[in-house]
Amino acid sequence: MSDIAVSAQSITKVFGSLSGGLRALDDVSVDIKTNEFFTLLGPSGCGKTTLLRLIAGFETPTFGSIVLEGVDITTDPPFKRPVNTVFQSYALFPHLTVAQNVGFGLEMLGKTKKEITHAVDEVLALVRMEEMAHRYPSQLSGGQQQRVALARALAPKPSVLLLDEPLSALDLKLRKQMQIELKRMQMETGITFIFVTHDQEEALTMSDRIAVMSAGRIQQIGAPRDIYNAPTNRFVADFIGESNFLPAEVAEVGMVTLANGNKVPAVVPDDLVTGSKVTVSIRPEQVELDPAGEGVLAGTITELVYFGTDMHAHVDLGDGSVLVARVQAEADRSLVKGEQAGVRFASGGLRVVEDGS
Amino acid sequence: MAERVRKAFSIRRLPGFTTVTMICFAALYAPIIVIVLYSFNAGDSVALWEGFSLDWYTVAAQNEQVQDATLRSLLIALWASGIATTLATMAALGTTRTAKFPGSTLIYVLINQPLMVPEIVTAVALLIFFASIKVATGYSGLAYLILAHAAFCVPFAYLPIRARLEGMDRVLEIAAADLYATPWQTFRRVTLPLVAPGIVAGAMLAFVISLDDVIITEFVKSAGQDTLPTYMLGQLRRAVTPEVNAISTALLGLTILLLTAFFILTGRNDKSA
Ligand SMILES: Nc1ncnc2c1ncn2[C@@H]1O[C@H](COP(=O)(O)OP(=O)(O)OP(=O)(O)O)[C@@H](O)[C@H]1O
Ligand SMILES: [Mg+2]
Repeated sequence: MSDIAVSAQSITKVFGSLSGGLRALDDVSVDIKTNEFFTLLGPSGCGKTTLLRLIAGFETPTFGSIVLEGVDITTDPPFKRPVNTVFQSYALFPHLTVAQNVGFGLEMLGKTKKEITHAVDEVLALVRMEEMAHRYPSQLSGGQQQRVALARALAPKPSVLLLDEPLSALDLKLRKQMQIELKRMQMETGITFIFVTHDQEEALTMSDRIAVMSAGRIQQIGAPRDIYNAPTNRFVADFIGESNFLPAEVAEVGMVTLANGNKVPAVVPDDLVTGSKVTVSIRPEQVELDPAGEGVLAGTITELVYFGTDMHAHVDLGDGSVLVARVQAEADRSLVKGEQAGVRFASGGLRVVEDGS
Repeated sequence: MAERVRKAFSIRRLPGFTTVTMICFAALYAPIIVIVLYSFNAGDSVALWEGFSLDWYTVAAQNEQVQDATLRSLLIALWASGIATTLATMAALGTTRTAKFPGSTLIYVLINQPLMVPEIVTAVALLIFFASIKVATGYSGLAYLILAHAAFCVPFAYLPIRARLEGMDRVLEIAAADLYATPWQTFRRVTLPLVAPGIVAGAMLAFVISLDDVIITEFVKSAGQDTLPTYMLGQLRRAVTPEVNAISTALLGLTILLLTAFFILTGRNDKSA
């Protein structure tokens, strides 16, 4: 068995006419590993659901192919794919009980009554819904329906489980709880999860790897840490967490020149030649402020936004740009609104990002 | 003035609203109530109350022509509503469960055409059409009436079924396909059970419409093929007897029974849905 569960190869999906239609996915290629918790992350309309629907078989790609465990399934109908979906709206069958809903897939696969009962009990225990087996979906709360939808998709033991923003209808507390449970279930079942969300925090806490999408393209694929610490382009740096962007020019190896002429160390891709105009990004927590005025940049503190242990200090650099620094609220009492401050960057924090989209 | 709370406009507070409502209801139901009452009249007048009796029901029930016509009406209504509902279900599936195709609006209009074409036109057309077939085949049985009824019942069955299908979330069928159900299994296990109340409603409506038809039946029927309504019409041409009242009341009773059964049926279905 290959260790690639799903492989999307140069997928383009156009809705409407080829020339004037809407390009929901544009040459998307991604390999999702077996047993991986893989997340598609991106803003609304970037094509996450479309990619999921192509893998499930509800749509066929305009170009490209989908390979499941080494088998090309591009044109297979959904009922022939060993892939199950947890729908955003849950889509439970209203005329069937919880147990019948969960057993539906197994029944369609022609399993015996005994096998079905056994599997349904097992998976209902997994999602902690044993008590509700004989209720109808309309008699369940949103969170309970969500669990049943999950159980229904897990019961046939698919090779890949697709989850389209399954937690978005839940309140914050329940969502946090389900995030942990989903992760637990993925570990316990060993099923490959492809999870769609537009919530970056959710993606960072749950995923083994994340694909950040924007406008029908994959911007970056990587582990949460890599995506957060080493965003390759401006979109990713901006979408995941917060980032400051500054204009700069490549100086020598590992150095850039800032607008005021100061040279500072930065992560610079090898292919950039000295003198190239670039954008550098820096996370607010990697910006240090010095009231004494020492630093590579200087500015005026225009705003101090307090939130619990931390505080955001907005520094006006004088050339119209504002830098946000995240500082500890207690340790940095010395910062005063309206005063001058020097700006320093934590080492390794400053990195060149591609401008594009 | 400032303290006075302005109440929202309500048509119920217009002067005379209650009176007009009462008059409307009276105009609608008074004749029916009179018929029902006089069906229990002991005498043979339709204007003079002579005491309570069930005599006219006995007379009607023992009248062989009435028995004949009743059986024929039920037979035709059963067949016609069955055929019409099947066709209407397929048509509703075809118009809601396929990708939008050019001409789908035209199809919609065509299906509902019987609602718009004057019934007398259809009646004459069917008369001429069937006459030539009768000559060609020599067959003159009930099939003509059944087919004619089925034809004009289709839109009545179609509308509630279509409404139900359109109100149904498509994602349920997608979910079934995702859970390994073939298109046929999806239809059997998900679409059909969920659309069933619409189908039952359509069938009931078609049944009642068929039971009630006079014009087309009158034109299409061969000799000796009276249905209950055409029989009653024939009777009224001669003398008005409370027997007709009794038959009307029985028909009314049947209709109310059907509707009650239908509401109980759909009511139960909604609880589990
Ligand atoms: N069946 C369709 N016909 C036409 N356009 C579609 C269709 N499905 C999706 N689109 C378009 O494709 C683009 C991507 O849609 P998609 O549903 O994949 O976005 P998404 O990333 O899931 O967004 P969201 O976070 O809002 O769910 C959107 O611009 C959408 O309008
Ligand atoms: Mg979506």
